[in-house]
Amino acid sequence: MSLTVKKRKPFNIIRWFLTTGWRHVVGLAVCTFAVFPLLYILSTSLYPNNDINNTTALFAEISLANYMELFNQESRPFGRWYFNTVYIGIIASVGSVFLSALAAFAFSRLRFKGRRPGLLSLILMQMFPSILGLVAIYSLLADVGRVFPILGLNSQIGLMMVYLGGSLGAGTYLMYGFFNTVPKEIDEAATIDGASHARIFFSIILRLVAPILAVQMLLSYIGVSSDFILASILLSDPNSLTLATGLQQFISDPYSKDWSMFAAGAVLSALPSVFLFLALQKYITSGLTGGAVKG
Amino acid sequence: MAGKKLKAWGEAGPSLSGTLWKLGVLGTVDAIAVTMIMVLVSQELLTQAVLSIFVLLIVNWIYLRKGGLPAKYLTPGVLFLIVFQVYVLMFSGYTAFTNYGSAHNGDKGLAIQTINNAAYRIVDGPDYTINLVKDDSDGSRAFLMTNNIDGQVSIGKDKELPVILEEGKYTLSTECADKYAEDTVNCAKAALNADGYTTQDVAALSEVEKSRYLAIRVLTDPENPNVGIRTSEFTIALPSEATLAFDEKTDTFTALVDDEYGNFFAGDVFKPAVDGFYRIDGVLENAKLDGGWRVEVGLANFETIFTDVQLREPLVKVISWTFMFAILTVLTTFILGLFIALVFNHDKLRGKKFYRVIMILPYAFPGFLSAYVWVGLLNRENGFINTVIFGQEPGSEANFPWLLEEGPARLAVLLVNLWLGFPYMFLITTGALQSIPSELNEAAEIDGASGWQNFRLIKLPLLLISIAPLLIASFAFNFNNFTIIYLLTKGGPSDSGLTDYDVGGTDILITFVYKIAFSGTGQNFGLASAFSILIFFVVATISLISFRRTKKFEEIV
Repeated sequence: MSLTVKKRKPFNIIRWFLTTGWRHVVGLAVCTFAVFPLLYILSTSLYPNNDINNTTALFAEISLANYMELFNQESRPFGRWYFNTVYIGIIASVGSVFLSALAAFAFSRLRFKGRRPGLLSLILMQMFPSILGLVAIYSLLADVGRVFPILGLNSQIGLMMVYLGGSLGAGTYLMYGFFNTVPKEIDEAATIDGASHARIFFSIILRLVAPILAVQMLLSYIGVSSDFILASILLSDPNSLTLATGLQQFISDPYSKDWSMFAAGAVLSALPSVFLFLALQKYITSGLTGGAVKG
Repeated sequence: MAGKKLKAWGEAGPSLSGTLWKLGVLGTVDAIAVTMIMVLVSQELLTQAVLSIFVLLIVNWIYLRKGGLPAKYLTPGVLFLIVFQVYVLMFSGYTAFTNYGSAHNGDKGLAIQTINNAAYRIVDGPDYTINLVKDDSDGSRAFLMTNNIDGQVSIGKDKELPVILEEGKYTLSTECADKYAEDTVNCAKAALNADGYTTQDVAALSEVEKSRYLAIRVLTDPENPNVGIRTSEFTIALPSEATLAFDEKTDTFTALVDDEYGNFFAGDVFKPAVDGFYRIDGVLENAKLDGGWRVEVGLANFETIFTDVQLREPLVKVISWTFMFAILTVLTTFILGLFIALVFNHDKLRGKKFYRVIMILPYAFPGFLSAYVWVGLLNRENGFINTVIFGQEPGSEANFPWLLEEGPARLAVLLVNLWLGFPYMFLITTGALQSIPSELNEAAEIDGASGWQNFRLIKLPLLLISIAPLLIASFAFNFNNFTIIYLLTKGGPSDSGLTDYDVGGTDILITFVYKIAFSGTGQNFGLASAFSILIFFVVATISLISFRRTKKFEEIV
């Protein structure tokens, strides 16, 4: 809001192009690169003729037939997979955030023997890429499943526990940082007022960091719901699959490839993640500079 | 000071509702745990049962005693961490020194069971329709057998003669015992339940239970313990003759008949050999019985990695491509991301928000789906890229072989990874650019620096200080970027003609290791774990360096 009135220069297309115009050209080019695969999959999903990979121009025909058909396939129960993904994702993300919060509370608020080594080993354990533990996880579940089939291979509970266990290390460390930002004076005051430790944890600290907890849960949900490796190794029964493993069936079998069906499924599966991601953009980008890389 | 505060926390007694909550949760956990322990006991897994009781007691002690607050908050997380991270780490470490794999997939007891269950041949005699039952009096396992020929019902226990049941002591099914009987009205019916026995639901049985039923041999001739009625799929039992006899005392198998493939003859004695197989006389070069157990092999797996000629060529290729892939991915995504960030880092540019949302879409789209979408786009015959963008003929085999030949496949992998990764680099470089104080720019301009000089000598060095750790993290991440490689190309195109190992043109270390561990033939967990440990050291070293440099960078800034 400058008060000096500048004399507006006459519009000059060359000068406009040299200052900002070319930037729009670059922007449009990059956007095209970024978005065309997504438009392609959207277009394929709306293309009714489903026998071949869509080779026509984008959006040549539009119909919702594929989406309808998606929910009517018995051998590929898409609706079931969707439910499984949401159900496993919610339980695993809520569970891991809650367990991490419990542990982080101890690290942040209590002083005990082994606190520093505990924190250090959390950092160290994160460095072991989870995929390298596949053999161990697989054989662990196979052994457990020999006695308790409900917790073993091809069990969703087993998979959830693996997700829970896998994200605890990183989750606790992150949460520890968040809890440290809550001033200790607050819980000291509460203690003086006669609050028990459980009350301080549940009614004060958790409430204060609730927004961060929510973001953390959503991020963990995005992570879990797009996990392919663990789910593909541990689940095999068609009804127990998640989207990440189930959708593959539309395109992996060379004799019954169904691109249109896959595309429709992909669009529906991606929607929640993309939506969450865009909504949480601000938090995610601040987390990015903290060194998190998306898996 | 801290100690005092802790005491104060303990003194504030819990509220009634809090105590009820605690007892409720603890009670539920106890109930589940006790049920599980009872299952363990019923399946005769006593060590595991004792261990579980021990853990359960500790957990209860932690939550019921006064004080000891940290343990109350840490226990749930620690239990999960111990099982899924500490155990997993230790198991991977241990497995690297064993021959664990599809040929050696368990302990010796399991191997003996496997061998015993496979060592039989069917002999003449009546066949039986069976149901699996447990004796209510002593819990022993038995077959409730219905003779398919005369319909006689009996109970058969391991190493005992069948005991015939009188009519009225059992109930029959409505279906024929013989599923293929033509006369479905007058056929013999199979016994479903018997007095004093509980019929088991096969579908609900655990593997351990199933294997115990597989081990049952109901005698037909008290003189000949080698012939017995056994089952292999829990609904039908057939008289069979054992081809091997196991002697627990001497820990040996003795062949009772000649092997049909001529590998061994009646009378040969198999003893445990050091490589985890039963071999004739326990000598390594002699014939073995299928079904081995896991044994420690010392550094053999690491020796294989460093000395196996079969492995050398593919390994060199895979390692060099892994580094190439990770470095090129970081470089290309960083350069494109930085370029866009610079272009958009301009105050007067409108629509920045719009561009930004569109550009981060690839990053927001679930990674596994992106890979599949690109597989479709890059399809040789009908892919969108070949047919629409490059205008090649749909369905033609002469089109560009994006994912089918090594060079193009590598290019494609890098292209897709660029698409996936540039939004991330754009976001972080934008953040870093904006944190560079504008005075620096102005000062440089006043001193007469050109735009390029300003960028190269001022912005870039400052940018790298904050971005370098993230670039290293990105390198470490892509070094193990399993998803993109595996879902795009499965590591292919395969050139297995080279060696015994399943290796392809775009395999990076982690996908190669995955194939060693999980691909169809000859799963070798031991070797895969040895690789895992080496990869862990590479990644941990890189991460540690990055950690230390971050600290240095912080000191500079």
